[in-house]
Order: sequence, then C-alpha cells, then structure tokens
Amino acid sequence: MENFFVRYKNPLVLMAVLFIQVVVLATQVKRQENARAATSGGNTRLIRVWSVNAFTPVEKALVSTGHFFRDSWHNYADLRGIRKQNRELQDEVSRLQMEQVRLKQDADQARRLQALLDFKEQSIAKTVAAQVIGTSGTEQSRVIYIDKGKRAGIKVDMPVITPDGIVGKIKDVFDYSSQVLLINDHDSGAGVILEKTRLQGIVKGTSIGELQVNDIMADENVEPGEQVVTSGGDRIYPKGLAVGTVSSSVPDHDNDPFLIIKIKPAADLRRLEEVLVITEVSEKTPTVTAGATSVRAADILAQRLPSVPKQEDPKAAGTTAGAPKAGASPTPADKAKNAAPGGTEQKKETASAGTGAPKPATPAGTAATPASAKPSTSGNAGANPAIQKASTSVSATGSNSAAASKPGSDSKKPAGTGQSAASNAGINGTATPTPTPKPKTTQPKKKAPASPDAAQSDTNAAGQSEATPTPAAGEKPPQ
Amino acid sequence: MNAGVSLTSREEIEVHQFSWVVSIGIPILAVFFQVFLRIRFLTVLDLPLLVTIFFAVARRRPIPGMITGALIGTLQDAWTGHPIGLFGIAKTIIGYLGSSLGVKLDVDNPGSRFLMTFAFVIIHRFIYMGINTMLVGGSEAWNWGYTLLSALANALAAVVLFSLLDKFKLRN
Repeated sequence: MENFFVRYKNPLVLMAVLFIQVVVLATQVKRQENARAATSGGNTRLIRVWSVNAFTPVEKALVSTGHFFRDSWHNYADLRGIRKQNRELQDEVSRLQMEQVRLKQDADQARRLQALLDFKEQSIAKTVAAQVIGTSGTEQSRVIYIDKGKRAGIKVDMPVITPDGIVGKIKDVFDYSSQVLLINDHDSGAGVILEKTRLQGIVKGTSIGELQVNDIMADENVEPGEQVVTSGGDRIYPKGLAVGTVSSSVPDHDNDPFLIIKIKPAADLRRLEEVLVITEVSEKTPTVTAGATSVRAADILAQRLPSVPKQEDPKAAGTTAGAPKAGASPTPADKAKNAAPGGTEQKKETASAGTGAPKPATPAGTAATPASAKPSTSGNAGANPAIQKASTSVSATGSNSAAASKPGSDSKKPAGTGQSAASNAGINGTATPTPTPKPKTTQPKKKAPASPDAAQSDTNAAGQSEATPTPAAGEKPPQ
Repeated sequence: MNAGVSLTSREEIEVHQFSWVVSIGIPILAVFFQVFLRIRFLTVLDLPLLVTIFFAVARRRPIPGMITGALIGTLQDAWTGHPIGLFGIAKTIIGYLGSSLGVKLDVDNPGSRFLMTFAFVIIHRFIYMGINTMLVGGSEAWNWGYTLLSALANALAAVVLFSLLDKFKLRN
C-alpha cells in the first residue's frame, strides 16, 4: 500500500489538487446562482478581492504616469494645425446649431406629447467618470477594470457608458475599483430597440466578442445601418442610449424563424479609456415650458448668407439666432427677430399649428410703426401692415424664394387676433407655400442701395428684420 | 530521475532551480502584463501559461510544476469574470504534463520548445473549454482558427521568452 502511494505520488497529488479546485469551482457556481437571485454581488471570491486590491494601486500609478506623458505630447502636437481645426470646428458649430434647432423643435413636440399622455421619461441624473485600468487579459472573458469602486458610490449592476454608447454593467465592486462586464461578453445582455423598425429584442455578446440580436422573426425587414438603442426593459440601462448599428441581418438556420442580427457597437469596446458609470437615473413626467424662445434653422441659415452685411456684433447674432439659452425670456426685440417675414414664416406657422402650441403673437405695442426709429422692433411684419407689405414686396423681387407673390394684397389687415404674427405673414403674404424654405441670396444690383426696400430686402433675407422706416400702409412701395 | 527511459542527456535532465524572487516575481509579472497592458495581441498570447510551462519543464518535478500552474491559474482567474478555478485547473494539468515531459525530452531546444508550447496551448484551451462547458455551464463555441492562431503566436513567443527566462536559472 505504501508502495502504491510512493509509486503514484505525482498522479495522486495531481488528482487531489484538481479535486480541491473542482470543489471550489462547484461552490462558486452554486453560489453564483444564489447571488443572481439576490443581486448582491456576494459571489466575489477572496482571492479576487486580494488580487484586485493588490494590483490596482500600482496600475493606477502607471496609468496616471502614462497619461501624463501622453497628454503632454498630445498638447504639443495638438497646437500644430489648430487654426485649420478651428475653422473646421466653427463650420461644425454652425451646422450643429441648425441641427440643434431642428432637434429642439422635435424634442419640444415629443415632450408635449409625452406630457399629454402622462408618460414618464428616464434621464441620467448622476454619473461618475472612471478610468479603465485593466482587462481580464483573455478573449474568453470580456471584462474591464475601472478605478472607481465602493468609495465612489459604485454598485453592482450600474450601467457603464461612453458618450458614444453603452459599454456594459458593473459586475463586481471593490473598495477602489470595479469590474465591468462588457456588453460583448457572452454572459452579457441588454434590452434593445431597433430605432427605425421599433422592433424589440435582446442584444447578447458572442464567444468571439460580437454583438448579436437573435430573437427577431425572419419576416421582419431589418437593414444594415439601422441604429439600435436601449429599450430600458432590462431595468439596467436607461432607455434611449446608443448600442450600435446593424451590420448584417441574415436568417438563423439553426433557429429557423429568426434572424441573426449583428450589431456594430457604438462605443469602441477595444479602446476604452474613460467611461461613465450611471449612478442615478431619475424618472419624471416631462414638463412643457410655455412660451419658450423658438428659433428656426432657417433664421440661422439666413443669417449666414454671404451677401448679408454684418449689422450687429456676432455675439448678439449668435444669442438671438443660434443659441437660445434655456430659461431665458425672450425680449420683444428677440420676438420680433424671430418673426421673420416671408416664406420662412410659413414653416413656423405650419409647425405651430401642427403641434398645437402656436407662438404667442407679439403685442401690438411692441410692433414697429413707420414712425418708430428703433429698428429691432420693426421686424414684426405681421403686426405692422406696412412693414409686412414692404417685406412681401421685397420677397417678390426674389430675395426670398418663399415670399409672397401678391405684395400688399391683404397686408392691411392687422395682426394679433390670437394667431401669431408669423402666421399672418405666412398666410397673408404668401401665395405658394413651400415646406422647406430655401433663402436665396439677395440681388443688390436690381435695387438702389439707398432704397428703403433694398435695405429691407437684405435684412429680410438675413432673417433679422432690421427696420427701416417704410411707407405707410396702403402706399405702394417705391420702385 | 530514470536516465534509462529519458531521451535527454544527463545535463539536459538537470533540475533547474530559481531564486524565490524569480519564482514569485515572474508569474506575478506575467499576470500583471496580461491584465494591465491593454494591448490587443496580448489577448492572443497567454503569458501566464508560458510561464507555467517554462517553470514546469525547467524544474522537471511534477508536484512543483502542478502547484505552480495551480497558483498562476488561480491568480489569473481572479481577473476574469468567470468562476475561479477554470484557468487554475487547466494550468495545473499543464504544469503536471510539462514537468513530466521535461523529464523525458530535451526541452531546451528552440524547436522542441516551439512544438511543445504549440501543443500545450491547444491542450490548455481544450481543458478550459471542457471545464467551462461541463462544470460551469458555459456556452462558448470551439474556434479552431483562433485556437491555432493563438497556439502559433504563443509558440513563437515562447521561444523568445524562454531564452530570456533561461538567464534566471540557478545552475549548480
């Protein structure tokens, strides 16, 4: 017997070691099942805590040092070509301003509808920024480690995102670090909606690190390029966060009536450096802010027409047209500017009617009269028939493509009978409404520079409605 | 050591020893690099596995070899999202096999190191997948392409790494 142990010492020790490890493994698997029910993260092994806590300070120091040198170099490198970049960024800002206006109107409308239906909306109330300090180091487990833990208020199952899209969720929390299970790990899952088709499904990771939705029926038309966002149904990720785009959609031959929809993640999961952990999500009914300043993309576009002379400093123009500040109450001047005449008003009138929230008509008191010398108030064309007439006549000369064809036909009618000034301008002065006004450049050659109408033309085209005293109502505009 | 059944010379079956700093430091460094150097190709390499193989074949004693494998694997497990023990078991077996093989073959030759590591990487993956599927209930699919690529990359890396680690051997 003794010989047996001596002879087979090595295999016996091997079996003993393996047996111990299998028992440990079995214990964890069992506990994991319990822990899933309790969602407490209590399945963290002591060895894991020790390892992570031992390595984390060293790694933090290394990452910080590395970032210091890298940032120093980047700061120097970034200075080169900064002027060109600045120009590009300014163009981008202009484009985004117009995009913002359009989106704001959409958002306002959505909010009004949500409020009408008493829908709750989720919003991210609080996030904690964290730096990625490590990974699992294997392809079999797609986890990362971040440098924020319990002390920063991180808890298990909190969603982790980047500005591009979702990254994953917190799986384990340690004192000064946390483990994040990436969305492309095969143990991961998230409820998603395909943005265009509004199909709901569950996105899961695969063993090779791809994202896949495979519970959508094959008769659905899902095309590559479609955006995928979180549905909020999993109670982890708030609704509406970007997940990715559909890269392919093919029938699942193993699971016949369903599709395999592959998703390209919005966030670059291979190059994560900084992430945000959503620590608080608030749920509220959207509120509708009545009388908020509304600026139209057309106004911004019109301001940037090349033929328009600069009549006010860019800051003021930016404030008026491009960047409406939340909560700022519009001044009468602003209101007047917003009520640009001509075809651009039609869209506004249509939008107002469609959303059921017309912009309040500018009080007659703020309207310009021919005697008024203050230019900024005279932009309310609807409130002043004379100005309206002048503006429509100018529009008819071609300075504004969506302008009136019959100058002065109804312009004597006073505005402000519960309908917006803009609406009046659109209805009264326009014969051929166009859904998307495309302001054209003015043609100064056809007009005398000193003519009041010419001045009006320029300002109308710019959307500024800068006033020049115009003839009284009923008078013919000077030709 | 039974020289009669060994394919190695007396010198080749010499049991190498390492200082305790190297014995502890190298495995920790291997896991550290694997986890924290977030370089793409490192996920194909398995530095802890290479270190396990190296120590196992150099020491040529199965029990230290398997213990080394068990410890390195468990440390590596601590950083994954999986239950602890998957890499531990796989590397224990590799440690045992490596040290057993080291007794019988010339494992200081670059060619044999390449082939040995290539085979061990595949065996390691096979064991890992088996445990993951049978004991843990994982659903990871076997990917031959990835496995062979990983084996090739690790085998190449092993030739370089082992020659560097040879410098830490304490020769009597």
